[in-house]
Amino acid sequence: MKIFTMKWFASAAALTAALLSGCDIPPQESVQRGYRGTGMEAIYSPEALQEVVAANQVPDAIPAVSSEGPKAGDIYQNVQVLGHLSVGEFTRLMAAITEWVSPEQGCNYCHVPGEGFETDTLYTKKVSRVMIAMTQNANENWDAHVGGAGVTCYTCHRGNNVPEYVWTIGVPPRHASGVVHQMQNVAHQESNAYASLPFDPFTRYLLEDNAARVAGDTALPTGHESSIESTEYVYSLMMHYSDALGVNCTHCHNTRAFAAWDQSNSERVQAWHGQQMVKEMNNAYINPTNEWLPAYRQGPLGDAQKVNCATCHQGAYQPLLGANMLADYPNLSALAPVAAPAEPVEEAEGVIMSGEAN
Amino acid sequence: MREYQNIFTQVQVAAPDYPGVPIGEDERNRTKGIVHNHLLGKLGDAQLGPIYLGTLGVFSLITGLLAFLIIGMNMLASVNWDPVQFVRQLFWLSLDPPGPEYGLSIPPLNDGGWWLIVGALLTLSIMLWWARTFRISRNLGMSNYLAWAFGGAILLYLVLGFIRPVLMGSWNEAVPFGIFPHLDWTAAFSLRYGNLFYNPFHMLSIAFLYGSAVLFAMHGATILATSRYGADREIDQITDRGTAAERGALFWRWCMGFNASMESIHRWAWWFAVLTVLTGAIGILLTGTVVENWYLWGMKHGIVPPYPPLEATPVLDPMMEAAQ
Repeated sequence: MKIFTMKWFASAAALTAALLSGCDIPPQESVQRGYRGTGMEAIYSPEALQEVVAANQVPDAIPAVSSEGPKAGDIYQNVQVLGHLSVGEFTRLMAAITEWVSPEQGCNYCHVPGEGFETDTLYTKKVSRVMIAMTQNANENWDAHVGGAGVTCYTCHRGNNVPEYVWTIGVPPRHASGVVHQMQNVAHQESNAYASLPFDPFTRYLLEDNAARVAGDTALPTGHESSIESTEYVYSLMMHYSDALGVNCTHCHNTRAFAAWDQSNSERVQAWHGQQMVKEMNNAYINPTNEWLPAYRQGPLGDAQKVNCATCHQGAYQPLLGANMLADYPNLSALAPVAAPAEPVEEAEGVIMSGEAN
Repeated sequence: MREYQNIFTQVQVAAPDYPGVPIGEDERNRTKGIVHNHLLGKLGDAQLGPIYLGTLGVFSLITGLLAFLIIGMNMLASVNWDPVQFVRQLFWLSLDPPGPEYGLSIPPLNDGGWWLIVGALLTLSIMLWWARTFRISRNLGMSNYLAWAFGGAILLYLVLGFIRPVLMGSWNEAVPFGIFPHLDWTAAFSLRYGNLFYNPFHMLSIAFLYGSAVLFAMHGATILATSRYGADREIDQITDRGTAAERGALFWRWCMGFNASMESIHRWAWWFAVLTVLTGAIGILLTGTVVENWYLWGMKHGIVPPYPPLEATPVLDPMMEAAQ
């Protein structure tokens, strides 16, 4: 009898341990971020926070150089988006980009040895030109989202050729050919934080121009039409926001009224500008690169790998926990002056990016 | 010494087969077999059967199983007939209602049509089962409390899956058949209509639901605690109040100043249970049809406490700002 009891007790203890194994070890720290009693709190697990801090360290900056002297556009050929930099600044930035984007392949990731730096032989070089313009544009025109910290190539790339978190237009997993797949109810989807919600909210809200708004804005019905389906799409997008930033809903919302702006934190406005910014990045910068991309850089539908919140944020409420890397690389803080580039532009594709996306 | 107790009893009464009261012509609808099972006797009556299935029961089971099967086959099709994926993803899988683009029209079978058919079959099955509870009660000379209570639950089911979607003009408003998906629907429904917690009928429904649980526990505990004085013969005690009823009543009178009677506690319980689904059904029915946003409606009528702005500069809708 006693042995039976011991066994029973041991298995109950083991079961409890197994059930609790997925939890963070207490104590958690909570920070009040809204009116008392509304549950607007940020909850941090010190343990998990350490991991986030470790994963968001900024690499040492290359020593700054003078902006005086001849301009890169005058000395080198085919410099389209960085021509206004001094030769020293230009070289320094090239070295930094190599470190951020292709630390293993080095210069040869974009430049063919022996061919001269000016040629656009490799797609990687053409893409990086667009990416530089995209970064400059974000810093110059999207202060409402990236203000205070700015973005550099490293914000997303972190030593990878392609940022770790990118997305392409979703396709349903294998299903019977007669079935119209509902693009939801699929297990283990990172895009919606493992929910059974629609697994591609990005195409609707980070590529196509749709407002992610579903709740009615009047007490009584006034013809506002928004389906349960679109609500689930927005819900899925919000799961992504939350997952990408490592925050819960109350980072932006008072959950008693998700839709009400006067109940929300200013972070919500910042997030809204983020959505507009990402939409512009995907449409004006990333999509046009698709014509040069090899198939292995494309999604199953042949589209380019695009940006969402996780691309920069990577689990932190501010990318790199708000470190102002741009201060070390001010050359990325604004688009090249629109006034005619010093070199006549040889390739038509290169031009599209320089100024029209404002 | 072992003693007989209602539920946690160590003694099991072994009794001869009891076929039940004769019910005349419907007798042929009952199975003949009777089995006695010791394990069942631990929980309730050890006797299993005879089962009264009847025409209604047979058709209810057929339509219900058909609905169940169609849901399962649709889920299987969505994972390319892969049984491993079916099991692995079961909680995520779903048979969804037609998309909003179809409104109330009949969609193709593979894009919501099966959902409509399953809804019809399941409704038929439930209604047949309801008629069955009604008929069995009649056969046994009972009144129809059971059937009407079940009817309340059916009303909520119909409001969720049929009446409200029809009033809203879109099948897409209805609930999908799936474990997580129907929970997602619940959350999305509340998000879409401005927080269901500010819906007064939802509030009532929650109060009755939790109240039902508390009442159930209170009643069960009272009867178990006084069964040594004969409270397990509750019906006797209703008409011929004995010491069990007196003690139970005194307990609650001393404890909270008021007590139900041996009869009225069952009326309390019945109404709490029925009002849970009744008020719930009204709350769902009003959502979207009569009220668009429960939070704003609650603000308008002073239900929702206004809070001071969170930040020195009030947060404004950036789209409104852009428009101005």
